Amino acid sequence: MASGIKDKVAILGMGCSKFGERWDTSPDDLMVEAYIEALDDAGIEPNQLDAAWFSHHIDDIGAGKGGTPMSIALRLPNISVTRVENYCASGSEAFRGAVYAVAAGAADIAIALGMEKLKDTGYGGLPATNYGTFGPQIGPSGSAPGNFAQLASAYRAKHGVSAEDMKRAIAHVSVKSHANGAKNPKAHLQKEVTEEQVLNAPMIAEPLGLFDCCGVSDGAAAAIVTTPEIAKSLGKDNLISVKALQLSVSNGLESHHNTWDGSYFHTVRIAAKKAYAEAGITKPREEVSMMEVHDCFSVTELVTMEDLFISEEGQAVKDVMDGFYDADGPVPCQIDGGLKCFGHPIGASGLRMLYEMYLQLQGRADKRQLKNPSIGLTHNLGGQPANNVCSVAIIGSL
Amino acid sequence: MSEVGISSIVGYIPKLRLLRKSVAESNAWLAPNLMGKSKGTRSMASWDEDSVTMSVEAARRLLGPEDDRSHVDNVFLASTTMPFADRLNSGIVRAALTLEESTQCTDISSTLKCGTTALINAISSVQSGKSNYSLVLSSDKRKSRVGSAQELDFGDASAAIGISDNNIIAKVLATSSVSVDFVDHFRAPNEEFDYNWEERWIRDEGYLKIIPKLINNLLKENDINPSEIKKFILPCIFPRVPQTISKICGIDPENVVDNLALNVGDSGSAHPLLMLTHVLENAEPNEKILVCSFGGGGDAILLETTKLISKFENDESISTLLDNGVEETNYMKYLTFNDLVKWEKGMRGEIDRKTALTTLYRHNDAIIGLVGGKCSKTGTIQFPASRVSVSPNSPDIDTQEPYKLSEKRANILSWSADYLSFSVNPPNYYGIVSFEEGGRIMMDFTDVGEGEIESGKDVKMVFRIKAIDEARGFTRYFWKAVPI
Repeated sequence: MASGIKDKVAILGMGCSKFGERWDTSPDDLMVEAYIEALDDAGIEPNQLDAAWFSHHIDDIGAGKGGTPMSIALRLPNISVTRVENYCASGSEAFRGAVYAVAAGAADIAIALGMEKLKDTGYGGLPATNYGTFGPQIGPSGSAPGNFAQLASAYRAKHGVSAEDMKRAIAHVSVKSHANGAKNPKAHLQKEVTEEQVLNAPMIAEPLGLFDCCGVSDGAAAAIVTTPEIAKSLGKDNLISVKALQLSVSNGLESHHNTWDGSYFHTVRIAAKKAYAEAGITKPREEVSMMEVHDCFSVTELVTMEDLFISEEGQAVKDVMDGFYDADGPVPCQIDGGLKCFGHPIGASGLRMLYEMYLQLQGRADKRQLKNPSIGLTHNLGGQPANNVCSVAIIGSL
Repeated sequence: MSEVGISSIVGYIPKLRLLRKSVAESNAWLAPNLMGKSKGTRSMASWDEDSVTMSVEAARRLLGPEDDRSHVDNVFLASTTMPFADRLNSGIVRAALTLEESTQCTDISSTLKCGTTALINAISSVQSGKSNYSLVLSSDKRKSRVGSAQELDFGDASAAIGISDNNIIAKVLATSSVSVDFVDHFRAPNEEFDYNWEERWIRDEGYLKIIPKLINNLLKENDINPSEIKKFILPCIFPRVPQTISKICGIDPENVVDNLALNVGDSGSAHPLLMLTHVLENAEPNEKILVCSFGGGGDAILLETTKLISKFENDESISTLLDNGVEETNYMKYLTFNDLVKWEKGMRGEIDRKTALTTLYRHNDAIIGLVGGKCSKTGTIQFPASRVSVSPNSPDIDTQEPYKLSEKRANILSWSADYLSFSVNPPNYYGIVSFEEGGRIMMDFTDVGEGEIESGKDVKMVFRIKAIDEARGFTRYFWKAVPI
């Protein structure tokens, strides 16, 4: 069996732009904003970068295809730039590429940068995804909320949860994230909301109302990685290292075979098991200090709590209502506001999650700072419940 | 020679019935005379139905759920509202019904009597021995101008008839046709609406002269006494005209068949066949039935029921369909479904719906026929078929055999009602449908009433319009799920 990535690579520096409706900011400007912060944090010059990974999902309204948009925006020194795209998990893919390059010894220092410019569409929500020439001839012309909302119907049927109890539990997920986002100056949405507001919001896709859906934002985030040895040689201490990086991708079982019941993420369970094994975690509910999960919709976060083996199967509703994942709970989730409130510039989101875990682990999270976290988990999901890619990453103090 | 006739017949009427009063009242300021037509309802196809989809639905009801439909030798599809002027519309129907490629398919159009003309062609085909079983389909979904009489007179429907020389419920005694260039109305290519001439002229010079002559010739040539006609079928939107014709011809006016105007409206080329369906569903043995149609002349078909008629029964008879209609009082919905108003589709409605015809052909069995695959090694059923099987832990290669799903039992695994994505009929219902014997599809739902969807609920498959590419005039079809 492969030895895994644990402690082979350290984060040298990170940066994250302000997320939100950045009407006056171009895709290039967003990249520069995250890049400058990451470079300053790492304390290096551009010519010390050996390789770059660029994650960007929707090229037709963003920066375009290929690696050139990043190279040109940042005037990189003609190093390799690999554009990666893996739905909403693209940011984690960029990070994986950079980390693997360093671990392999192909690069001493590598950068991963994700960016998305979503607010040039002319309307709210995500634009329709292009899924080839066959898919649109049979698949519904649906939307992300419509796809993820289906988790609720299947979960309720499986676990016997009433529509009202489900609606209230997912409302609590959003109320908690808004409370956290209100403490984050870089978040897209920085206002607290009440449970009543969430319950009474306009319906988007049953049972998801407006406040069950994450922000659609412009933004960029970046990570510069190297080996622990080089990091130390550059004078860094308080190192944060990569403990696990796993990616699981649907092979059509969920969407084509009747064994999947629609109430959970098959890939998340696989990626989580592998990540815990890689990081040496045996009791995740006790060992994971905090999490940033892919809360594109409130119901996604709720079922993910079980798929990451933090809540027992069928117990997520209870744990959520008990405040287990609140800022003052045993495993705070979305302490930066999550996709819900920090926002979801697709290509940047996986890196934004890591950014918050990194700040928390270094004790630099300001008003949101948790007490002595040691292990941070990020869960970054792309696609839809029946057909998706799932990244689970774990970072912690070296 | 064995007797040729109808072995089975069935009609299809879309679920929604538009309340005429709501139309007439909305337009009374413009056309107060139309208040006289405000009684009852007219059938109203969903936005995702057209003459092809309605024909497929009628044909499925006729042929039943059996996979083997190899007995169908040819298909005659009649409509004045074919979705394609140049693409074999009956060929789409053939593929949707998964009939053999060797099934001869013919489109018959250009006049409202084309439904009966298709029937006569099918009869000739079996009589001549070229076919043992011919499938006749007729359907119309005619557009009409806002505020017009046609809007209230027309209805949407289809009918399917099996013509055979075996197990017939009504034998053909005689057929006759006349072609007369009597232009009561016309519709040029690329025109949406009919152009109509004066009703009194159509009645007096058209119906009352062309049809009696046609009937008299038919009866005379076949030595039939008009008093023998127990049921007289003639679609006509003008009141009492069929009764007047029956008197002229010596047929008992009491035997004029109700034209379903009160509940359905005139379904164009399909209407004589729809009326015939209603008649045969309630007929006794040895009844002579005369079916006539008007348009570019006229057709007449004389039938006589056999003993088998007493055993003939449709699960969804015309009476059942009439009873199960859902009243629609929202005239704006009718206008929107039929693209008769410029409505706000939003930016999400701007998506390019260009269809890759190469892809459509490569996957024709899957897209049009809903044919999936069954792994010959593990028995795993899946949709669509693929070279590598989806069987868990057994990704067998090239083991898939065609497996038809359209008639299989299925239920809802997960669903949502989406108010965000573009839909002609929001909310956009879709979800995962699991087939009981295996296989599942993330697909659209249609004809959904409020509160009718829940996980675990049974659904049936229907062949519908998936999307219309307005930029290129292409209609994309696929299957959808309807809660039952």
